[in-house]
Parts: sequence; C-alpha cells; structure tokens
Amino acid sequence: MDTLMLSRLQFAFATFIHFIFVPLTLGLSILVAYMETKYVRTGDETYKKMAKFWGKLFLINFALGVVTGITLEFQFGTNWSRYSMYVGDIFGSLLAIEATAAFFLESTFIGVWVFGWKKLPKKLHAACIWIVAFAANLSAVWIILANGFMQNPVGYVIRNGRAELDSFFAVITNGFAWSQYIHTVVGSYVLAGFFVMGVSAWHLLRKQNIDFFTRSFRMGLGFALVASFVVAIQGHSHGNEVARIQPAKLAAMESHWETGTHVPMYLLSFPDEKNERNSVEAIGIPSMLSILAFSDPAAEVKGLKDFAPEDRPPVALTFLSFRLMVGLGTLMIILTVWGFLKRKNLLDNPGYLKLMIWAIPVPYLALQAGWAVAEVGRQPWIVHGLMRTKDAVSPIAASQVAVSLAAFVVVYLLLAALDIYLLAKFARKSPA
Amino acid sequence: MDLGTIWFILWGVLWAVYFILDGFDLGLGTLLPFLAKTEDEKRTFYNAMGPFWDGNEVWLITAGGVTFAAFPATYAVMFSGLYSALMLLLFALIIRGVCFEFRSKVESPAWKKLWDTCLFIGSFAPALLLGVAFANIFKGIPIDQDHIFQGTLFTLLNPYGLAGGILFVLLFAHHGALWLAIKSEGSLRERAFAMAARLWPIMAGWIVLFLVFSMFATNLFSNYLRWPLLLAILLIPVGGLVMTKVYAAKARAWAAWAASAAVIGGTALFGVMGIFPALLPSSLSPAFSMTIENSASSPLTLSIMLGVALVFVPVVIAYQIWNFRTFRHPVTKDDLEYEEAY
Repeated sequence: MDTLMLSRLQFAFATFIHFIFVPLTLGLSILVAYMETKYVRTGDETYKKMAKFWGKLFLINFALGVVTGITLEFQFGTNWSRYSMYVGDIFGSLLAIEATAAFFLESTFIGVWVFGWKKLPKKLHAACIWIVAFAANLSAVWIILANGFMQNPVGYVIRNGRAELDSFFAVITNGFAWSQYIHTVVGSYVLAGFFVMGVSAWHLLRKQNIDFFTRSFRMGLGFALVASFVVAIQGHSHGNEVARIQPAKLAAMESHWETGTHVPMYLLSFPDEKNERNSVEAIGIPSMLSILAFSDPAAEVKGLKDFAPEDRPPVALTFLSFRLMVGLGTLMIILTVWGFLKRKNLLDNPGYLKLMIWAIPVPYLALQAGWAVAEVGRQPWIVHGLMRTKDAVSPIAASQVAVSLAAFVVVYLLLAALDIYLLAKFARKSPA
Repeated sequence: MDLGTIWFILWGVLWAVYFILDGFDLGLGTLLPFLAKTEDEKRTFYNAMGPFWDGNEVWLITAGGVTFAAFPATYAVMFSGLYSALMLLLFALIIRGVCFEFRSKVESPAWKKLWDTCLFIGSFAPALLLGVAFANIFKGIPIDQDHIFQGTLFTLLNPYGLAGGILFVLLFAHHGALWLAIKSEGSLRERAFAMAARLWPIMAGWIVLFLVFSMFATNLFSNYLRWPLLLAILLIPVGGLVMTKVYAAKARAWAAWAASAAVIGGTALFGVMGIFPALLPSSLSPAFSMTIENSASSPLTLSIMLGVALVFVPVVIAYQIWNFRTFRHPVTKDDLEYEEAY
C-alpha cells in the first residue's frame, strides 16, 4: 500500500465517520430550536422538556461532529499538500471563511445555550440555539462551495503553476455547488426527522410519555416528509447537472458503457468493469436514462467507453452507491407518507412504530452512499478536469500514513461506539 | 504595507490569540490531577471551561484555515512536513474534545477517571506539541529545495524544541491556574493562586532560559538587531510577567490573568516577528524557507480575505467577549447542581 492509497483510505474513512454525526447536527438543531420557540411562545412546559431531551441527544452527537471535523482541516495539508498548494488560493479561502463566519458562531453560542438556561431571558436563550442551527447550516455552505469547486471548478485562472482566484463571485455562485448544498442539508433534515421518529417510536411502543413523544414524532414526521420529497425532486435536477458537467460520473452512476440516444434504464444491472460491459442487464425502461439525464428521450448520453480508462471513475462502487441511495430515498418517502396517514393514531400501529425504530439507520446509509457517489464518482480527479488525485498527495513516507490510518480506525471506531452507546442510553430515558 | 505583510501580521496575531484563549483551558486540563481533590472540584474544572473551550479551539481552526488561505504553500509544507507531530496534536485534541460531553453521562468512578485522564493527556500533550512545533518553526526545520521536510518526529524533539514544549506547558499551566482562580471559590481558589505563585518563578526562569537559548539556536534576534525599535515588543511579555505576579499577590484574578495573556501573546508575537518574512524557515538554507513571497496567495484572494476578516473578526470578538462576560462568575455549588452542568 503506497502513500496515495493509504491517504485516500484515510480521508475517506475520516470523512465518512465525520458525516455520521454532521447531518443530525444540521437537522436536529433546527428541531430543537423550534421546540424551544414553541415553549417560549406558549409557555407549555412540555415543549421545554422536549427542547432539553432532544437537546441532550443533540449535544452528545455534536461532540463527535466537532472532534472529527478538526481532522479534515488538518488533512488537506498533512496528506494532500500538493493539492493544497495547487488550489489553496481558492479552496483555502472558503475554509477560512467557514471558520470565521460559521464555526466561531456555532461553538460560542452552543456554550451559551448549554449553560444559559437559568442565566438568560427565555427569548434570548431560544435565540442562541437558532443561532447554532443557522451557523451549522452556514458552515455547510462554505465547505460544500469548496467541494463544489472540486467538482465544477469555476472562477479561476491557471497562473504561477496553480489555480488562482479570478472571480470570487463565480466561486460563491457556483450553481453545481449550491445544488449539492441543498441536496446535502435537506437529506440531513430527513435523517434528523427519522432519528426523532425512531426514538419516539421506541417510547410510544412502551406507552411511555405518550403526549411528549407523539408531539415529537409528529414534528420529526413533518420535517422528514417534506424533506424526503424535496431531496428526491431536487436530487433529480442535480442529476441533470451531473449529466451535463460530469458525464463520466453519470455514466458510472448508471453503469452505462455505450454512448447512444434513447438510452434505456435497466432496473437490474451489474457492471463488469474488466470487460467494459454489464454482466446483467434486465428490465429495461426504454429511453429512461436519456429522459432522466436530459429530459429528452432523444438525448445522447455518453457511455464510459467514450472516456479513456484512466479517466473513468471506479464503476461498481459509484453505481452501487447511487442505486443504494435512490432505493433508500424511495423507501424513506414511503415510510413518511405511511406515517402521515397514520399520524392521528400511531399507538394503533405498533408494526409501523417498530419499523421506524429499525429505520433510523436508513437515512444514515443513504447520505453516506450519496457522498460516495459524489466523491468516488469524481475520480480520477481531485479537481475535475484540472488535477488528478494521484498527483495531489503529499510527498511523505507511507509508513507515517499507515500508522495514522490505523490510529484513526481505532480511535474513531471507539469514540463512535461510545457516542452511539450514550445516544441509545439517553434516548431511552424518560424525559424529566 | 503590502497585503502579504498585513496577512503575516494577522497570521501571527491569530496564533497569539489562540494561545491566549485555548492556553487557559489546556493549562487547566493539565492541572486537573494536581489541584482537583474532590469530585466537586473536578467538576468545577470542567464547568470553568464549559462555555468557552469550543469557541477557544476554533481560533486554532481559524489559524490553520488562514495559513491555508493566505499562505497555502506554507500550510502544505508545514502540515505535511510536521505530519507526525500534527497527528499527535490532532488525536490529543480529539480525546480532549469528547471529555466534556462524555464524563457526566455515566455514574461510574472508573468512567469518570478515564475521561479525567483523557482530559489531562488531551491538554498536556497539545501544549507540549505546540511548543515543540513553534520552537522548531523559530529555529528552522530541514526543508530542502523542493520544500520537502527531510526529517522525522525525532528531528523536532531536539533540545530547543523540547525547551519550547516545556515553555508552552509552563505558560499554559500558569495561565490555567489563574483562570481557575477566576472561576472558583474558597479553598480551590486559594490553591489556584498558590499554584500560579509556585509556577511563576519556574516560568519566568524558563522564559529567560528560552530567550538566551534562542540567541544561540535561532536567527530570531536578527530582525531585532536590524530594527532595534522592534525590541519594544518585548515590553509586552516582560511587562505582563511582572504584573501577573503583582496582581496575583493581591488576589486580583482577572487582572493577573490578563497580564498572563500578555505574556503568552507577547511571546508568540516576539517569535513570529523574529522569523519575518519567513513563515517556515529552513535550517538547510534560507533559500529553501517558506516565506511571504514564495507562499502567499494571489493579491485578489488576500484582499477578499482581508475584507472578510475586517468584517467578521470584530463581530466574533464582540460575541466571544459577551460569552465571557455572561459566564464570568465563579462556579458555585448551585452551578454544579444545574441540570446541564458537566
């Protein structure tokens, strides 16, 4: 295993673990803020208990999001120094803005919120958690603008052997990046909704604190229902952009090999990368891929064979991740619609409630699969069309990376396990 | 003054502010096993840092982010070159970060002891590593003509580097003791002042030793010999060193802490101005150093980032000051009984 492979594994692992905890932060912060606002508006103590109960789970989760996040900023420099030198003019600025505008806000006001229940007037205290929610969702803007630059580089000029900023406006209005952003945060809202529903369902099945958890379940449901439709519809339009801007990625997502028009979509398909074909191709819907990718059955969809083998992303991983994401996304729409239909008599539907407990991991898997599509599908590029991943790695000894990778695996898995243990423990407690 | 120089100064200031702020909670964590005797006293340590530690740590993220944004080649060489040291720092910060949230969540002495140990390691190790790293930056590290670091972690653990590590541990521990004096009452407060008083002569002596060592091991003084007026900057740490003892003797905790902040900030600025215009001097040849000139971002980026900084940093400072003012009172028994307390 060389420095490149180890660094790629390390970055992927560190990011996947970080992204277990981030989506819940993005969505649950909004839900908790909403609960506390209902308390401030109505004076109903149940809403205060809800803000504290779900807030406690929020904080347990938030801690892991924070610590795993520091790693990522370090890692661009430690393992991807050549990348950092090449795009730092643009990419570094976006990260610095993320810290200055968002991280400070989030980390300061979470401290005030945690310690200020008795010290601050009610409205100001509620405002604090809204600020945290805003700041978390704002930080996602900047990091995804940064990733968006990697996917669809804009506003730059190649000068002095590197990509230099040419138009800050172009960089921050990169439509591809904003599309990714909306897709990511709305997907996070689905996850937060499912988390709240699943935990609530656990209590409702045991007929504990029925009013409290029915209110919670309905809030999670409303949030997840709207979000799961939006994320699918908007995801489709983002797919159109990928088809246009990253045709090799689109081809890999669909395991589509031969360029053509009226391209069908095969519901059952499996790539055979070595032979540049699919070993399985069944249940084809005529022209469906052309329609989905370009809204036109006659549209030409480029196949993987149109690209030199060294310019193609890993097909199987991209393809399977994409199908997993779409399949789970569909499942989540079904589950939220079902919940909406049963919202008035949840207790009479223990089967559904039990299903919703088991459904908690579903959005987690979907979101990770989505990022796998985005990042694996972008290969072999680290900056699409400009720099290859293999040219981006730091000139350092593989042994150093092997050690750090091993350390990440051990430490992260331990901490993640502990965090999940604590989440489960406090999720099961009766609210005060 | 050109953009590169402006950003060099801001870069130095960011590191100085980071050391001043995270310095007190890293110091406090280092002192935990020495000063906290009872469970309530241990909890006082955690709650003394509670509202602040995360906001303090973001100054590190920002210092790193600004290094990336304003001097990307330096960021790249620094972080990849000092790989092992930075990874150790990172892991230490990770295990520290979870202690606050995890410790109170299980009613088991073994569990609490585990996280107390993690807090200590996660506070002492970063202080030591940051000191080692910055001392090596002051001294110069073996970067070659391709800006590749020709050394290992052990290269950094040279006598001057270790002296820097001990310096930071002493500075932060002293700083943390004074923070504890601000945020505690009764016997713990007395012990906090006593610890600060015990550390002061060791710290003062070590500062002198480090300055003398710097004259021989580094080129830090060359800028000062060229522009002797710059030596005025030493008034800050020296003045702070004197005043922190004076105020502490009068049990004026906030004033003593502020003076301690001046010691830390002044020392950092003294070092940074000593390496100007290099950000990462090379011990192999000055021609191989990472400087403003060979690592700065484009003028467009530097000017946009300056605008961003001028808008946001004052706002950040304002609400962080508000945070400190809101939670300026000592941690009381009532505070420990507060439902959300650590």
